[in-house]
Amino acid sequence: MPKLKVNGRSHDVAAPDDAPLLYVLRNDLHLNGPKYGCGVSQCGSCTVLIDGQPVRSCVTPTGSVAGQDITTLEGLGTLEKPSKLQQAFIDEQAAQCGYCLNGMIMASQALLAKNPKPSEQEIRHALDGNLCRCGVQNRVVRAVMRASREA
Amino acid sequence: MNINVKPTRRTLLKGGSLTIAFSLIAPALAQKAAKQDGAPLPGDLKLYPKLSSWLRIEDGGKVRLLAGKVEIGQGILTAFAQLAADELDIDIKRLVIVSGDTRVVPDEGVTAGSQSIQYGGVAIQHAAAELRAHLLSRAAEKLGADAGALKVADGTISAPGGKSVTYWDLVSGQQVDIEATGAVKLKAASERRYIGKPVQRVDIPAKATGAPIFIQDLRPAGMLHGRVVRPPAYGAKLASVDESAAAAMPGVVKVVRDGSFIGVIAQREEQAIAAADALRRAAKWDMLKNTPTSDTIYDWLKTQPAKDIVIKDIANPAAANAKEVVEAEFRRPYHMHGTIGPSTAIATLGADGAMLIQTHTQSPFETAAAIAGMLGLPKEKVQCEHQQGAGCYGHNGMDDAAADAALLARAMPGRPVRIQWSRADEHKWEPYGSAMVVRMKAAVDEKGDILDWDHEIWSTSHGTRPGGKPGNLLPAQTLEKPFPLPTPVNGGAPNYAADRNGIPLYEFPGVHVRTHFVEKMAARASSTRGLGAYANVMAIESFIDDLARRAKADPVEYRLRYLKDPRAREVLQKTADMFGWSKWQAAPGKGRGIAFARYKNLATYTAVAIEAEVDKATGAIRVKRVSSASDCGDIISHDGVINQIEGGVIQSLSWTLKEGVRFDETGVRSEDWTSYPILTFSEIPPIDIQLIERPGVPYLGTGEASQGPTGAALANAVMDATGVRFREVPFVPSRIKAGLV
Repeated sequence: MPKLKVNGRSHDVAAPDDAPLLYVLRNDLHLNGPKYGCGVSQCGSCTVLIDGQPVRSCVTPTGSVAGQDITTLEGLGTLEKPSKLQQAFIDEQAAQCGYCLNGMIMASQALLAKNPKPSEQEIRHALDGNLCRCGVQNRVVRAVMRASREA
Repeated sequence: MNINVKPTRRTLLKGGSLTIAFSLIAPALAQKAAKQDGAPLPGDLKLYPKLSSWLRIEDGGKVRLLAGKVEIGQGILTAFAQLAADELDIDIKRLVIVSGDTRVVPDEGVTAGSQSIQYGGVAIQHAAAELRAHLLSRAAEKLGADAGALKVADGTISAPGGKSVTYWDLVSGQQVDIEATGAVKLKAASERRYIGKPVQRVDIPAKATGAPIFIQDLRPAGMLHGRVVRPPAYGAKLASVDESAAAAMPGVVKVVRDGSFIGVIAQREEQAIAAADALRRAAKWDMLKNTPTSDTIYDWLKTQPAKDIVIKDIANPAAANAKEVVEAEFRRPYHMHGTIGPSTAIATLGADGAMLIQTHTQSPFETAAAIAGMLGLPKEKVQCEHQQGAGCYGHNGMDDAAADAALLARAMPGRPVRIQWSRADEHKWEPYGSAMVVRMKAAVDEKGDILDWDHEIWSTSHGTRPGGKPGNLLPAQTLEKPFPLPTPVNGGAPNYAADRNGIPLYEFPGVHVRTHFVEKMAARASSTRGLGAYANVMAIESFIDDLARRAKADPVEYRLRYLKDPRAREVLQKTADMFGWSKWQAAPGKGRGIAFARYKNLATYTAVAIEAEVDKATGAIRVKRVSSASDCGDIISHDGVINQIEGGVIQSLSWTLKEGVRFDETGVRSEDWTSYPILTFSEIPPIDIQLIERPGVPYLGTGEASQGPTGAALANAVMDATGVRFREVPFVPSRIKAGLV
């Protein structure tokens, strides 16, 4: 039974060690930020931060991250009090369906942590592995630039 | 006001500026009254003329908005709220929106075809205006004032002298049970507070912070996880399966088999996935030898028995003296909708024998009816409750997942069963946008002017949505007593289907448009953003570009020779100006292209201009920038329209540059994002979208408008850059390189 540290809180989860982290976060901890998109680490919808690094939770065995710092979209801010980055996505209306938004925001969070003033090219490069089908990529880039500017 | 409001069962989202709610209001409304005398009521108000079908003044200072059209990621619910709040003169925060719940909302059919505003939005707008007028007349009586002298601010009606009454006071304990008259005028554009003004979308804060808003986030008490094992290929039949290994796996509650339909129900999601994998390994299938393949599809289309449908046939006798006849053939492969969030549904068989399905279907009523047919239940025993899913861009696996969930839930009475398709199942089993062949012919005179225009289409179906028929549901086709796929039909005027946008908006002396509609399916196909419009506009706009070149004319000027509609001309000209068409500096490897269409010839006018570079050594195309102007009539949300047009540009660039479903004798080979890649951040150019302002004129649908012109503008830019015309999508480097040799 792995002990997980998620968004600063510890949880004992009744899940096998090899259960993908994505399902444990969603179904056991009811954290809806990370989404199932492909299950094979190709789209980025399930991205979470493990010790600050963006990781695809759909292919991460839960037992492998026990004790590490796991941050989900919910750990950045809330509906009532979004983080600066989340607010920048809202301000830029950087969504259509919004299903990929979790991955976009989490990957951007990791980028801004190590490069607070990224160029447009650096943002595109950092997000290249995050797929969006609605076509809001340019809005996402604007949101990240806004967050960088306003930070 | 007696509207039988039961307590809100569950409020999914309270945040942003208004509320999206899911609640039970009984009884369901169904009146479908006859039309009023005189002109028909606007939009879907003619189907449901009772104002209470759309809007209800509720206790607590709220107004409930009921919509049959649903949110598919376009911000449509926010647009509905803008319309209702403006015409009703209330603060937008007072609205509580319920959409797509078959138990309570008006049946507005399918949310598709860029029609939600023209049908649903217009109905809500007029219902709100009529409700306001009705409340004003009641207030006039109560306040002893002339209705014309009353003023409304946020639901409070004031008379000269200061007496006032609110909507909520007026209807307290009474029922507003009147029908629309069609006689109430809408507000002037100058009096609007929300329509056409920046209003942030209600759903984005939840989506940006992980608050539960998607169907994927629902977890009703007692929910179990189901997974279905799909066959390896189209038409495969289950010969045998040893269920014992899967049944013995941890958490497995039940294995369900009905003919070739096999599924598993487990306590935990990863347990259901593991058990389905075990079942898949244990299953033995009798395979069909599937023909054609994605390599032979175009010849197959042209040689199948087909229904010939002529939609335009105007002869020009002068064409007999043409200097020459020019001919070209265009090919479009099967394209995926490619939702990022695979199809999901939750079904629960209640103690009363009724099935409730939570689904992101675009057609809650018709899907409920189809599933009732599949289950052998009376229609009223199956209800659908719409919940938001990921973007769909047409008919994907959404309805099939709902049917999957219902079949598993039937075996597990009282327990909600949740299905989410795998990425591979969504890629392999969603119904694609049909492959098409389009052959163009034009008779031209010695000046290069067009005397006669001929457009010939080969296509399979673009519409196999449930439509109340079980045979359109994937799992229903595989049951012990299977429901066969109904013979597909091609949708007719005015929207058309395979032949959508087949009739050119250009005015040529002779015009002929016909479709060879192939009823047989090669790959599973159904409505995909734009239906036939993408291929038809691609063909028309590539071909007219070639004819302009032959006439040694500028592509913009040449188009304007034949384009008479002033709004079309303005959009084309504006796009050219935005792009800097007249200031273009040619350079090796660099090209410019422009294209235009009015979607369905009745919706939004869109032109697109593209600058592209082609690396002749590798065949790689790089799109440098995109400029696009649209005229969509009146505009509720500028940002919403721009988002749709821009999203369509990006998706169409992706289709045109990269996408085509691969399939062979053994099944579909495009089963993930590596084998079916789509455009990524670093490949997306700067895109400038502008809208022409036309307040007060009818709304025109925008959701699919940029798909066709984008593909064609890119094809024209590649032609300009290389001198070679590419007529088969996708323009992958290998194809371009081979074509340049």
